[in-house]
Amino acid sequence: MGEFLFNIDHGYLEALTRGLKGGLLTQPDYANLVQCETLEDLKLHIQSTDYGNFLANEPGAITVQVIDEKLKEKLVTEFTHLRNNALEPLATFLDYITYSYMIDNIILLITGTLHQRPISELINKCHPLGSFEQMEAIHIASTPAELYNAVLVDTPLANYFVDCINEQDLDEMNVEIIRNTLYKAYIEDFYKFCAGLGGKTAEVMCDILSFEADRRSIIITINSFDTELSKDDRQKLYPRCGKLYPDGLTGLSRADDYDQVKQVCEFYADYKPLFEGSGNGPGDKTLEDKFFEHEVKLNVHSYLHQFHFGVFYAFVKLKEQEMRNIIWIAECISQRHRTKIDNYIPIL
Amino acid sequence: MSGGGGKDRIAVFPSRMAQTLMKTRLKGAQKGHSLLKKKADALNLRFRDILKKIVENKVLMGEVMKEASFSLAEAKFTAGDFSHTVIQNVSQAQYRVRMKKENVVGVMLPVFDAYQDGPDAYDLTGLGKGGANIARLKKNYNKAIELLVELATLQTCFITLDEAIKVTNRRVNAIEHVIIPRIENTLTYIVTELDEMEREEFFRMKKIQANKKKLKEQEAALRALDGPPPEESANSENEAPRNLLATAEDDNLPILFN
Repeated sequence: MGEFLFNIDHGYLEALTRGLKGGLLTQPDYANLVQCETLEDLKLHIQSTDYGNFLANEPGAITVQVIDEKLKEKLVTEFTHLRNNALEPLATFLDYITYSYMIDNIILLITGTLHQRPISELINKCHPLGSFEQMEAIHIASTPAELYNAVLVDTPLANYFVDCINEQDLDEMNVEIIRNTLYKAYIEDFYKFCAGLGGKTAEVMCDILSFEADRRSIIITINSFDTELSKDDRQKLYPRCGKLYPDGLTGLSRADDYDQVKQVCEFYADYKPLFEGSGNGPGDKTLEDKFFEHEVKLNVHSYLHQFHFGVFYAFVKLKEQEMRNIIWIAECISQRHRTKIDNYIPIL
Repeated sequence: MSGGGGKDRIAVFPSRMAQTLMKTRLKGAQKGHSLLKKKADALNLRFRDILKKIVENKVLMGEVMKEASFSLAEAKFTAGDFSHTVIQNVSQAQYRVRMKKENVVGVMLPVFDAYQDGPDAYDLTGLGKGGANIARLKKNYNKAIELLVELATLQTCFITLDEAIKVTNRRVNAIEHVIIPRIENTLTYIVTELDEMEREEFFRMKKIQANKKKLKEQEAALRALDGPPPEESANSENEAPRNLLATAEDDNLPILFN
């Protein structure tokens, strides 16, 4: 039923997004970029793509930093345009996308406040997609308790805080644990929201989000070996909305090394090939690279369906991956480290 | 003054005693010279060693730094921009440097000793994504810092040793070209002066003898004119000891001046 009325509200934006997606760099573009000898060459090649002359007004020599900032700026402009034209429930959906950036920003601000750094300095370092009204007011808070009571409760993330973190935790917990706890709550909430939307959106988004959740669980497990993170604490960080829930997560929480994680994931047809294709030797793709590739695949697949919101999420994620790819290639060029230049994640 | 005319020498009175004193000083100076020379050699040995190590280290440094900064790019690729959070999280240095001293032939060389203070505070960075790359990044930069500290040690040693070698060489040269020649000059001066004095003494003796001889001849001439003195026997008895001495001198004269 939703498909009939979809275009009334969201047809324009979907078309726009599909158009923008068409402007993503393709394999021949990447092949050209990889051939570049200097960053100036890179700039020239990028100019011939949809990026146009986004670096044209840049005075002085081009550095990786400058490219990074400009890419981010471009994504933000595009996203803001989408957001400004969005109607409900797409508006909420787009807001949900920004929450993940917001979590990163808030973590940065909390860390800064805890260590008594000037907030005005930090604001500039926040990701523009994750900015929120209350961010400017955060400098009122001088202690974690004030921060919690005065600022955080008003942010869209308040629910995530209320559920899993109380005032004392803010002071004592490792920021990384706070970040992952928030992220877990965020993914679960986003998953619920998408499921609530129903239709194709639910179908596509739940697939992507459950992969995201499982990826986090697996990566957290692998990264927590040989650290102070206990198994109980680790289990609390697993988002409970993926395919691994509940059996796989229980298995992961008991795992002691990489092989055990692998064993748990053997039972899942989606993840088995990822583990099998990865290795730590030189030339091998790492597990994280494999996950990235899978993510890209899922995102690209979302464009095979029509009349759903997944394309917006997929667009942001693909664009992000593309930015990372460009930065990676730029880094390789500027550091003259050409052997690994092909390690970017191609977007099909 | 024939020995050390306008030359540089120590102001001493030329005497036997001063000569022995100078001889001891010369010996001391030579001993000191050879000891300092040995020290300079030892320092030089060490210096070359350090120079070699510095060159090796710098070459290695280039590679390690390159690898480290590349691993930062890798980590950023997977984990996103995590640097701000890490920077905000820093409250104290984890990697610290302790200074020790090493004694190389009396020269104190500073040695920096790096050590890890407390547990790894950023264990969980990149927990959600990119942990493996961040771990590698940490390892690479740790290696780079270790090398940097080592390089710092070498460089400081290099400078200190350079200074010490210069001072020692200056001392060696000063002893070799100023102190020893000066003492030697003084010694030759004393020797020539002593010789001179001896000759003067000799000449004086000769003169006295010549005078005495003349006096004697005059006396003899007078006696010949006056005839034999009346109390010759008594006189000769009285003057016997003096005459004896005179004759002894007289006897000696021809031998000396022949």
